Amino acid sequence: MIRSDAPVLLEIRDLQARVEDKAILKGVNLTVRAGEIHAVMGRNGSGKSTLSKVLAGHPAYTVTGGSVTYRGENLLDMEPERRARIGVFLGFQYPVEIPGVSNLEFLRVATNARRAEQGDEELDTFAFEDLVRERLQVVQMDPAFLDRSVNEGFSGGEKKRNEILQMALLEPLVAILDETDSGLDIDALRIVAGGVNQLASPDNATLLITHYQRLLDAITPDYVHVMAAGRILRTGGKELALELEQRGYDWVDEELAALEAAAGRQPAEVA
Amino acid sequence: MTAALSSSAAGLAGWTQRWLKDLPEPAGELAPVQERGRRALTELTPPSSRQEDWRFTDLALLQQLPTASVGTAETATASSAVGEYAPLAPTPGVLRLHLDGRRDPLAGLSLPAGLTALSPLDTAQALGHTLAATGCEHHWPVELNHAAAERVLALRVASRSAVRLELVSRGPAAFRVLLVLEEKADLELSQLLQADGSGLTSLVLEAHLGRSARLRHGLVAHGHADAALLAHLAIEQEPESDCQLTAVTAGWGLARLEPRLLQVDGQACSTLRGLQLVQGRQIADTHSHIRFNGPEGRLDQLHKAVAAGQGRSVFNGAVRVPREAQRTNAAQLSRSLLLSDRARIDTKPELEIVADDVKCAHGATVSSLQTDELFYLQSRGIGAEQAAQLLQRAFCEEVLRELPEAARAWCPLDALQLGAEAAA
Repeated sequence: MIRSDAPVLLEIRDLQARVEDKAILKGVNLTVRAGEIHAVMGRNGSGKSTLSKVLAGHPAYTVTGGSVTYRGENLLDMEPERRARIGVFLGFQYPVEIPGVSNLEFLRVATNARRAEQGDEELDTFAFEDLVRERLQVVQMDPAFLDRSVNEGFSGGEKKRNEILQMALLEPLVAILDETDSGLDIDALRIVAGGVNQLASPDNATLLITHYQRLLDAITPDYVHVMAAGRILRTGGKELALELEQRGYDWVDEELAALEAAAGRQPAEVA
Repeated sequence: MTAALSSSAAGLAGWTQRWLKDLPEPAGELAPVQERGRRALTELTPPSSRQEDWRFTDLALLQQLPTASVGTAETATASSAVGEYAPLAPTPGVLRLHLDGRRDPLAGLSLPAGLTALSPLDTAQALGHTLAATGCEHHWPVELNHAAAERVLALRVASRSAVRLELVSRGPAAFRVLLVLEEKADLELSQLLQADGSGLTSLVLEAHLGRSARLRHGLVAHGHADAALLAHLAIEQEPESDCQLTAVTAGWGLARLEPRLLQVDGQACSTLRGLQLVQGRQIADTHSHIRFNGPEGRLDQLHKAVAAGQGRSVFNGAVRVPREAQRTNAAQLSRSLLLSDRARIDTKPELEIVADDVKCAHGATVSSLQTDELFYLQSRGIGAEQAAQLLQRAFCEEVLRELPEAARAWCPLDALQLGAEAAA
């Protein structure tokens, strides 16, 4: 839902980042307002996942330029846990298995960290169980998964449901979902997408990072951005995703080449 | 506590002689054993880093211990007093015995059905048998126990009986335990060793498992930076018996644990779980030794270590599979968590396999906390320090969950938490 008067939640300006010595993001610009759903598409290696990890504060990535403002605050200055507590959520492409840490306990500690930030009282074990059982319905997840270790032995679909369950509990204002559709069969995709749709509201925003149109059949984006070589090359409405689906990514390469040619001898890295 | 005190065998030999001099005169039921042990110690070369078995284990701490500390149990108080790790009441349905190394732990108690004290004659006959069978009767730490221990807790679990027992002890002392499990007997034994200050705690435990007997032993040893623990757990298993040993040590300046198992005729099941935690300048060393003297024996062993600060962890896992031990199925895994650049971990499997039709797997990993796991927790709002603690606890949990219920309760979260301060 696009409302030009909706408050800006996330403002990314000329963001540049590298991992080890390799520059990946080379000037990303993106403005996300409350109520909006954005899709970021692009080939492997275009920088989509890096963008999501930089926003969440992954220590392997170093920001070398630009800024990210979340509700007026400098997001890049914050520890990953602080970002999560104030409402930024990253749904992982590959959720991490943590043997020995109970999923229920993990969800409770995480939920309470977010609640404390919002000035809400901590939930004890019983109150939390009530809450989590209610939220399980968002992703139609079997309560048996609560008693297991975090993601341990979960199938791909179960892991992604567990991610959306966390999102349902943490109630973020900006949810970044990194390839949430990867590894999902049709039914799991429908359930996960249904969860995301249920959680979307006029007050929050969603950033979907995906390769494929099929997720966007289930979740309708307000904006579609095409990333290439560490930048957003083009932005459009949902029809842009359909165009990508039909024409493939070759034209993106051509456009990128043309752009770089127009920039003369200046290499893309400095752009 | 100065660097001038060398860790050489000469230094330890001197300490041993002083220590022997300070021992009270041999007395009581173990007087002959004490005399033999003292004689042996005057002749034995004390362990040093020149011996392969002690190569990585610095025994300098021993020489700093007061010589009058072992065997005298000076801090052990009345039998009603329990360590801070043991709740006031034993787990329901479990008999708790207090060992202080001096008093009779069975005095005034009525034992549950199926559990009896061994007669002096039976004790004299059985004592030392399993130590000899597992090849450790003349080990220096065992002779040290021989020299000092004033009494032995000798118990028999009758055929087809099931008994649950807690052994709780606090303070430096030499403890000797002898267990005889008759055919199809079942014993669950939770044992707490605690040290609150400087001193040497010595434990020698022997157990003989009759055919189809079952022993589940959980040893929890909470130490002190100035305390040393030397423990031998020697087990003989008849066919079809099932032995599960789980040992957790934390906080000792020096802890050396030697579980030694012998499947006398194979066809038995042995499960070993170990967890040792070191920080500061602590040293923890587990040398396990398992021998199959017959076919179709099974072993499942997992040893874990967490090392922070300048702590040092040593694991050596010997498995002996001679020709007669065909169709043995053994698996050994050592997993270590390194929390500081200055901590050190030495881990070594030592498989000696002569039989040709066997499955013997072994593996060892040493790692630090995984960045991806930490980040995942942090990305859900969990602070870096709490995330590290959750992961560390999770690492330990794989061993802790194998402890019997009572012993499990002696492993509070904070006792096993090597914090950022300790890791620094």
